Amino acid sequence: MAKDHDGAEGSIVGTTVEKYGDNPPTAGIAVVVADQIPNPGFPPFRPRVTDLYPEKARQQERRVSALFVISIIGSVFAIAAYIAFPIVPGDIGSVRINNLLLGVGITLGLLGIGFGAVHWSKTLMDGHDLVEQRHGTRGTAATREKAVEVFTLGNKESGFGRRTLIRRTLIGALVVSPLPAVVLFRDLAPITDPVELLRHTLWDKGVRLTRDPSGTPIKASEVTIGSAFHVIPEGLNDHEDKLEQKAKAAVLLMRLKPEDLHVSADRADWNYDGIVAYSKICTHVGCPVALYEQQTHHLLCPCHQSQFDITQEAKVIFGPAKRPLPQLPITIDADGYLIARSDFTEPVGPSFWERKL
Amino acid sequence: MSTTETTRPETALEPTRGARFTGWAGNYLDERTSISGLVKELGRKIFPDHWSFMLGEVALYSFIVILLSGTFLTFFFQASMATQVYDGSWVPLKGIEMSAAMKSTLDISFDIRGGLLMRQVHHWAALLFIASIGLHMLRIYFTGAFRKPREINWLIGFTLFILAMLEGFTGYSLPDDLLSGNGLRIIDGMVKGIPIVGTWTSYLIFGGEFPGTDIVGRLYTVHILLGPAILVAALGVHLLLLVINKHTQFAGPGHTNDNVVGVPIMPVFAAKAGGFFFIIFGVIVLIASFFTINPIWVYGPYDPSPVSAGTQPDWYIGFADGALRLVPPGWELELGGYTLSLNILLVLIVVGVFLVVVALYPFIEGWITGDQREHHIADRPRNAPVRTAIGAAGVTFYAMLWAAASSDLIATHFRLTIEGVIHGCQVLLIVGPIIAYFVTKRVCVGLQKKDREIAMHGYESGRIVRLPGGEYIEVHEQLDDYERWKLVSFEDYKPLMIRPDKKGRITVNQRLRAAASSWFFEDRIAPVSRGEIESSHDGGH
Repeated sequence: MAKDHDGAEGSIVGTTVEKYGDNPPTAGIAVVVADQIPNPGFPPFRPRVTDLYPEKARQQERRVSALFVISIIGSVFAIAAYIAFPIVPGDIGSVRINNLLLGVGITLGLLGIGFGAVHWSKTLMDGHDLVEQRHGTRGTAATREKAVEVFTLGNKESGFGRRTLIRRTLIGALVVSPLPAVVLFRDLAPITDPVELLRHTLWDKGVRLTRDPSGTPIKASEVTIGSAFHVIPEGLNDHEDKLEQKAKAAVLLMRLKPEDLHVSADRADWNYDGIVAYSKICTHVGCPVALYEQQTHHLLCPCHQSQFDITQEAKVIFGPAKRPLPQLPITIDADGYLIARSDFTEPVGPSFWERKL
Repeated sequence: MSTTETTRPETALEPTRGARFTGWAGNYLDERTSISGLVKELGRKIFPDHWSFMLGEVALYSFIVILLSGTFLTFFFQASMATQVYDGSWVPLKGIEMSAAMKSTLDISFDIRGGLLMRQVHHWAALLFIASIGLHMLRIYFTGAFRKPREINWLIGFTLFILAMLEGFTGYSLPDDLLSGNGLRIIDGMVKGIPIVGTWTSYLIFGGEFPGTDIVGRLYTVHILLGPAILVAALGVHLLLLVINKHTQFAGPGHTNDNVVGVPIMPVFAAKAGGFFFIIFGVIVLIASFFTINPIWVYGPYDPSPVSAGTQPDWYIGFADGALRLVPPGWELELGGYTLSLNILLVLIVVGVFLVVVALYPFIEGWITGDQREHHIADRPRNAPVRTAIGAAGVTFYAMLWAAASSDLIATHFRLTIEGVIHGCQVLLIVGPIIAYFVTKRVCVGLQKKDREIAMHGYESGRIVRLPGGEYIEVHEQLDDYERWKLVSFEDYKPLMIRPDKKGRITVNQRLRAAASSWFFEDRIAPVSRGEIESSHDGGH
């Protein structure tokens, strides 16, 4: 095998400039050291044991083959495991066994090939380093000239540069032609205005507060002090767009001692005897604010740790959210069930550009 | 390449049947494809060897594993949000309404032999893919392998990194489980926070109000068609440029900027790299056989109302999620009736600027050094102290965002307050990179000084000699030429001198460059020169 060790005398910086001719690329602010230490060239080849002793080489040969045989055994084992350890419906243990044995078989099948091939290359294949010359990335002067000529000819023969009217109208046509594709995507969403949809939820005057997910109504007497209920509007489960509605209408219901609540004047009748209902959808990016700490009356959003103080009308006391959780005005109906007084008075969930319009 | 005149050579010796067959097959192909030219060009191409060069290979091979396992999954997965009732093997969810996507994912996990294995192979391989791309990028960065002529390939690699994250996130969202649904909810919230177009963009993405019934099908198209198609194309160009530029190598005896020293593709590199593919594949399958990943059956189907504490995105999205958590309170404005969500916008800007700086770094450094030469010798990180320090600062910045995504878990594990952890991360996000920068730069310069010392005066041999006068000295041994070469062969820059141009003016551009270059190269340790070695040898031990 030819060992091409020419060119080992070059310096670290090197000279891949042969194609640049008389205009070598600038070195910028690089320092050119005058008396650089010379490259010592390649160190002498250090033979491996397998290069020196044929019996060692034969030993390694057997090892490589053994690894390939292990691979065959592994693959066959995987097929056997697939058949012999099927998934028994309802038995999760069988899923685990199937997964494990099939996986171990395939692993052996793959690792055997992998380690065998690498071991082969490291111990038995030629261990000499070879050298290949680099010639600079750009084309040779002749090639570049030819390339320029191609463009020049193309320009001359088509008149692309000369016939400006054609050129400009073509560019114009090419710019306009993709626009229909943009328009085509308009119907990714329905025609209706999203802002209107975001403004309204299923809550309305007289809609009962019901448990999530069962949908059974809640009596005010069932809500004891310190308890919290996950609430959906009555009839939500019958809606076709149940998840979309729930993503706006989910509410958290809590009962505090009435004296703990700081109620502002315009919300005086929004709670019922210390029972308050707040939107569960975080005003930051919309995660459900599901963690209620009943000692401090704080709500915590598990996604980004915004915290809301229920005693202060869900004011943000920590975290990236800005706005308090919207409050749902509630009262009770004749049967003692909790009902909404109206829809939310502002859009719920994450802020959006047209929110306040 | 015209090899059409090739005729079958007359063989002198009696060829074996195998040789006769390969000869026939080779000739058959070549007469129809002219493939001999390609083999001649590429067959003995040289690849340098270094453990860090395998990181990109890990990414490539895990991508192949992703393609294989993903194809299997497409045969069973139903990308539909139509409501169905689960009746499969996983008892806790029996009778529960869920989307077809979730149901088919459960069926893959519990009712199809090897399905769980393939799902886990796919997910683990995806994690390995992104992790190895990240490490590969760091290797390229810290060794300066992005310098001319490889700047474009850096950009393509950066694109691959972004695509990998996109593929990861879309794939993670497909099962329509509670955890991924909350991830999509966050995306919806972020998109809605974009000024002017946000509301409509979210509306178009989800095909109506969140969550809608379209998103899984749309993500599926992105995940298995659009994303992979672009990824494969970019990967092809990435590898093509690797072949055209030839691989970089570290400085070593005999290595120059004009050569590549290593093993040829046929046979050594083919065996090593091919074997390595099987090892990567095998290790992924091994992990998938023993370790559960993304147990969607624990989370249940998506529902906008419940959520569990400690919700986490997959780790590679963590930096963006962490950025959301670190925004100080109250960052939202109302401008003439319009709501401006600075708490979202700030995150998009900070993460966006960070990524753009990463993408453009090769061009920034190239502009500062003004060096137009090709560079094929990889730097040791210490020999480019400021670059390494900037890299360390960037890694720290990323790491702080990433840590912030686990702020609640850090708080519970270490019994800290959530507020304390967030405030700590906020401070460290700013201060951490600055500390990392200065510490790293000092360490690099210190290591360079040590290299210089060893190159000139040798290393401490541990042999103590007592001189006749009673003095004890430790004998220093000189390095041999090969070892010394590794320490002294690096490139060195010095700050730009401001000089008036032909018109006698000093341009703003030049002033900026001078400032930047003095920032980069003010504290420089020059490589040892031949004269210095000789004088140090004359001068004593």
